[in-house]
Amino acid sequence: MLIRALVVATALVAFAPGMRAADARSQAKEQVEFGIKVAQNGLWKEAAYRWEKAVQLDPTYGAAWNNLAIAYEHEGKFEDAKKAYEKALALDPKNLMIRQNYDLFKEINDRTKRRSGK
Amino acid sequence: MTAPSAAAANRFVLGAALLAGIVLVGCTGFYEIPIETPIQPKMDVTAFQRVLVAGFISGGSDDVDANLETVRLLRSQLRTKSPLRVIEAEVLPLAEIAAAENNAARDSGSSITTTSTGVAPVGPIPAAEMAKPAEPAAKPQDPKKTDLGIHNEKDLAKFDKIFADVAYWKKLGEEYQTPLIVTGTVLFTPHQSNGFVITQREVYDSFGRRSVIPVRTYQERKGFILQPRFVFIDGRTGAILYSETFHEEILYNAQQSVPALSTYFELMDRVMPSFLSTLSAQKIRGTRVLLK
Repeated sequence: MLIRALVVATALVAFAPGMRAADARSQAKEQVEFGIKVAQNGLWKEAAYRWEKAVQLDPTYGAAWNNLAIAYEHEGKFEDAKKAYEKALALDPKNLMIRQNYDLFKEINDRTKRRSGK
Repeated sequence: MTAPSAAAANRFVLGAALLAGIVLVGCTGFYEIPIETPIQPKMDVTAFQRVLVAGFISGGSDDVDANLETVRLLRSQLRTKSPLRVIEAEVLPLAEIAAAENNAARDSGSSITTTSTGVAPVGPIPAAEMAKPAEPAAKPQDPKKTDLGIHNEKDLAKFDKIFADVAYWKKLGEEYQTPLIVTGTVLFTPHQSNGFVITQREVYDSFGRRSVIPVRTYQERKGFILQPRFVFIDGRTGAILYSETFHEEILYNAQQSVPALSTYFELMDRVMPSFLSTLSAQKIRGTRVLLK
């Protein structure tokens, strides 16, 4: 009896972080999906809020950082967009879609910087 | 294969493709979305309610009155694409004014000096002159262009001093209730270039099949170069706020007859977005990919 209880307790301790992470990812995913829906309807501020929430829930979620970067770009917050894209790329360096988004953003950002002489 | 079984196979392939499509859309987890990236204007124009496109020192081709056409074009663009109210005034013959000013300066032995902080006026303006009620800073002259011999950038440079004449621009600004003044230079020169170009040639083989092949051919080409320089002046102080120069060129086959005015507008069309983005926020349209 005691041994069984010990085994269960050990298993709980061992798997708890993984379960928490899975739970955080699934909650973050819900936020990301809702953000996509509202962005498709043009509600970018709400979308940004959802994706901010998603990256708070799961800071390792590359897709959420990518979407957040796009929302920032749409709002003209270029510095924030740059940081979010870089975070997305750091988490998912082989993702060609994030790379493509970042390259398109970079082109506009560099042009703006050249114009303002920064 | 019999006819009914072929039809069944076709239906199967179609169904499979459709299913694959649905599965793909459902599983890929990416969505292409159009976005508009806002670009802030290069200049802060919040201090101005009005804009005066005064006139330009123009030169190059005689086929186009670049001063008149540039003023007209900029005014019409600013009317719809900027938050500022466009002042309708007579177009200044700026080259003539600058030439007259140069002559006057030569006669009196004074010259415009550029200071480290910006620009200084052409000699002192008498107090009595300054106190006079608003009178036109320069009388619009005969709209017919007098030949001042402006054919290249070097010729234009001789008239450049007028942009540094803060007193002149301040006075003009006072006349129109201190607007933002847009002026500058426009050089629209004919251009010729001969050389090899790659053209596409249609060819048919012995079976009558058509194909297109790139062919290097020697061509005589002519066209125009447009070099506008836009100078933005504060109508309250007469000081230059911002200035930007552009260079655009176009070449046509020498046999092609394209009117100079059409070419002028085609080249100005290329410059216009950059000009407008100096004064008002612009949006760059594009697409990005959202991920699940």
